[in-house]
Amino acid sequence: MARSHPFILAAVMVLAPTVQASRPLPEHLRDTGLYAPGASDELAAGVLPFSPQYPLWSDGAAKRRWIRLPPGTRIDARDPDRWVFPVGTRLWKEFSLGRRLETRMLERTREGWRFATYVWTDDGADAVLAPPEGVPGGVPVPAGGRWSIPGTADCRACHEGQANPVLGFTALQLSSDRDPGAPHARDGHAYLHLEDLLARGLVRGLPASLIATPPRVASSSAEERAALGYLHANCGICHNRQGPLSGLGLDLLQDLAEGPASVARTRGSALAVRALRPIGGAEVRLEPGKPEHSVLFRRMGARDALDQMPPLGTEKPDREALALVERWIHSLADRRTP
Amino acid sequence: MTFKTTLLAALSMPCLALAASATPPGAQVKRGEYLVSFGGCHDCHTPKKMGPKGPELDTERLLSGHPEQMAVTPAPALQGPWLAATVGTMTAWSGPWGISYAANLTPDRETGLGAWTEQNFVDTMRTGRHMGRGRPILPPMPWQMVGKLTDQDLRAVFAYLRTLPAVKNRVAQPTPPAAGTAPTANATPTPGAAAPAN
Repeated sequence: MARSHPFILAAVMVLAPTVQASRPLPEHLRDTGLYAPGASDELAAGVLPFSPQYPLWSDGAAKRRWIRLPPGTRIDARDPDRWVFPVGTRLWKEFSLGRRLETRMLERTREGWRFATYVWTDDGADAVLAPPEGVPGGVPVPAGGRWSIPGTADCRACHEGQANPVLGFTALQLSSDRDPGAPHARDGHAYLHLEDLLARGLVRGLPASLIATPPRVASSSAEERAALGYLHANCGICHNRQGPLSGLGLDLLQDLAEGPASVARTRGSALAVRALRPIGGAEVRLEPGKPEHSVLFRRMGARDALDQMPPLGTEKPDREALALVERWIHSLADRRTP
Repeated sequence: MTFKTTLLAALSMPCLALAASATPPGAQVKRGEYLVSFGGCHDCHTPKKMGPKGPELDTERLLSGHPEQMAVTPAPALQGPWLAATVGTMTAWSGPWGISYAANLTPDRETGLGAWTEQNFVDTMRTGRHMGRGRPILPPMPWQMVGKLTDQDLRAVFAYLRTLPAVKNRVAQPTPPAAGTAPTANATPTPGAAAPAN
């Protein structure tokens, strides 16, 4: 794990400026409002756990997530694809591999969103703010290897790739109609659903239609639903039609407001479309029936710095997701057969 | 008409953030041209041809990157303090990072920066990642220094690049380091072999 090339290490040492907030980030996680006073695992009042139905692949790390809104505030949920969070919202995500490694925090300030991560000490007693450049060499993992701590620029690369920087707390991710085929998803019954948010008074303007019919990827099969949901969460955060990479013309982000048209647009942007960067004999983004000729599948499985997708945040291929996408690509050929 | 040379270290080209005031479009382009010329962008991104006094810019292919039709053979094995090697056009570089090829910076949509936005360019120079989000940019591109330019100057550079004649030239993809020195193992999947894990 974390065999970073020295030149690539150098490449992540220089960072874009982060949001200048009115208050500096706390030096310790315990001072961010996540835990009850004096505790390092008991949650503070008002902090709520949640679990997206399509989690981001993080090399098999166990993850826990929480959100806290300032008392008396609500999320503006009128647009199901672009929720607006009140100033003061904080979200945390904890990563563990045998022990707690880091807890990342996303905070909405008056000036915008800012990003931080707190690195747990080896004994698990404290988590300390990481420097803006992260810890490229990583921290030790009990089972061996090291875990890379991202820098602020890495956070921004993913979280600012679309209109909404909060990636895992959305109408689709919190739907009570959870996808049983989603790779790595946890049992969602113990976590927040849209109905819970409404009951707790944490959202306003949530379309009634999303309660009457909980949102889901508008696909034509269970396999495609799971595959597109996975690609939505793991790839669509950058590959979409709204963000900085819209010029690439690859749109893997599902838009609830559009329903089936969103799925059709995803297919149209990938099926038999020539890739800008061929890889090892694969020249189109998705070739129905031929995963080995599909650049999307090949780059999902690559883990060299030049070819891998996603390009950061992972050093191991997601084999469960690869198996799913492989089945889906085969099914696309079956569908075309008269 | 090629020559090969070796260098002690990856080149770093001076790119100074000079004070710039708010400028109209024409002046912005001129400033971008100035920064590109002074900043050494031509050193790698414009192919060279050998003239009577040594390598000179091929003005027919300004900033169009490593020529697509130029075959690159394996670089010579370097010894002692020698770190990097380049080809006669100075558009391909070999070193511990593998072989990198200077990008086509002209506005050709298929092979250059035609599909890029100004923000893509600024993000790339700030982060050292392709389009600000993709693969790492490789040496000897001194993005760390270019990235110290102000937003205004980076936008001026991009504005100038937009005025170049579009050259259709599909630059080769980088070649990873030789086996044994790759930064991470290539785990390209074998269809049918993908098994659930975790």
